[in-house]
Amino acid sequence: MRDVSIIGIGQVEVGEHWDKSLRELGYYALNAAMRDACIQHIDSLYVGNMLSGELTGQEHIGSIIADFAGLRGVEAVKIEAACGSGAAALRMGYIAVAGGMSDFVACMGVEKMTDRQGNTVTSALAMAADGDYEALHGLSFVSINALLMRRYMHEHGYTKDDFAPFAINAHANAVNNPYAMFHNPITRKQFTESKMIADPVSLLDSSPIADGAACVILAPTAIAREFTEKPVRVRASAIATDSVAVHDRRDPLFLEGGAISAQKAYSAAGVGPADMDLFEVHDAFTIMSALSLEAAGFASRGKGVALAQEGQIMPGGRIPITTMGGLKARGHPVGATGMYQLVELATQLRGEAGKSQLANARLGMAQNIGGSGATVVTTILESSF
Amino acid sequence: MEVARFWRTTGQRYQLTGEICPNCGNKIFPPRDVCPTCEHEAKTAYTFSGKGEVYSYSTIHAAPEGFEKYVPYTVALVRLQEGPLITAQLTDVDTHEVKVGMPVEMVTRVLREDGERGMLVYGYKFRPAVASPR
Ligand SMILES: [Zn+2]
Repeated sequence: MRDVSIIGIGQVEVGEHWDKSLRELGYYALNAAMRDACIQHIDSLYVGNMLSGELTGQEHIGSIIADFAGLRGVEAVKIEAACGSGAAALRMGYIAVAGGMSDFVACMGVEKMTDRQGNTVTSALAMAADGDYEALHGLSFVSINALLMRRYMHEHGYTKDDFAPFAINAHANAVNNPYAMFHNPITRKQFTESKMIADPVSLLDSSPIADGAACVILAPTAIAREFTEKPVRVRASAIATDSVAVHDRRDPLFLEGGAISAQKAYSAAGVGPADMDLFEVHDAFTIMSALSLEAAGFASRGKGVALAQEGQIMPGGRIPITTMGGLKARGHPVGATGMYQLVELATQLRGEAGKSQLANARLGMAQNIGGSGATVVTTILESSF
Repeated sequence: MEVARFWRTTGQRYQLTGEICPNCGNKIFPPRDVCPTCEHEAKTAYTFSGKGEVYSYSTIHAAPEGFEKYVPYTVALVRLQEGPLITAQLTDVDTHEVKVGMPVEMVTRVLREDGERGMLVYGYKFRPAVASPR
């Protein structure tokens, strides 16, 4: 197996791009990543995306984007794993380069959501839940997370306001990220007073839908230095699954898929949670941050919220999370989100995060979650310069 | 909802018919043909009592497509007496009175209508358990 590195990164601003199509967004991110890596050619393109068919009426977007980008003829496919599609695309590229099948692989995440109305998007997203046994009963992703959050509060003795530090930290960290959707810090008072969507989940517990695209270029580490002064090694990339429906889980408050994929990644890289300088968490809702921190071993059961309350998730804390804004404040273009996490992680590890730069960022991890935990992708990256 | 899909799952939605694992005795809902505990094939039908208690709940103010007119409505995870958790709406209850641990029982109600001339989809919901002499 070959060692694999990221030699280029690219992204577009997350937001409402009413003037840009899905293929344009994808092309801009791909082009930016290829320029960053100083390459004109790739062997294959893996496009992470969840809802192109449902929301834009276009499937088959691997070849659509390849053709639009002037790469007609190249191997290109779409990878779908709900909100985990972005990092799943990286996993496919990693397999291709590590296995010696391809040398230069572009891994992309792209999503176009804002052309459609809110309830249409809500229903489309609910397709990542169990259609016959969750969505048929009127559940959306917000309400599924609300069920988890209520039970978590009940079992571990927290109030709704105890989740505020996750949202406050995310918004504070997005202020200096030029690609983030929001640049406004929020206060505890704003969090407490924010509008209820599905009790106990309020607007400021939730990440916003958006358009976006992000991309990385992978190559064998042995030749990475020929293309960049700052290669970032992929130390591990692992996917694990769990039941799609929350009611089928052995314990709804434990993300088994998160634990399994983190353990696979730790053992592949020969490291543990204590070695991490930062963790890009999948904060689609505040409760998911807590559950992911616990599944990945950064906090024990029921202590994910306590870790946030102690300030340990902020820059300078024991394990900084959502360092460029996270899903909450950078925005959550679902199938692109996992790739934004990786582009941001690589930006920190390259020391290029500007005012968002952490002091010591050499080894970092991202966890990208599909649905309410049915697909979890864990990626570990390391500076190698 | 497509007619065939609706028809396939009537036993589950009208009577809470799931399965029992012939190997480990695990009671399974929704039916899935392979026991998630011991991985043995489990195709023996088993009908649940419909009694359980609220494990968690939430009231929805922003509904997915097709559910807008029911807003606000309350959804729950219910722990059935026989073991499994089930996702369903609560009915015949004041939202403010719902609590974790509240005893509930299954009733059959309309889940959704597919438009003016579309199909009515019936299925299980749960209401506060009516106290009965034991
Ligand atoms: Zn069994």
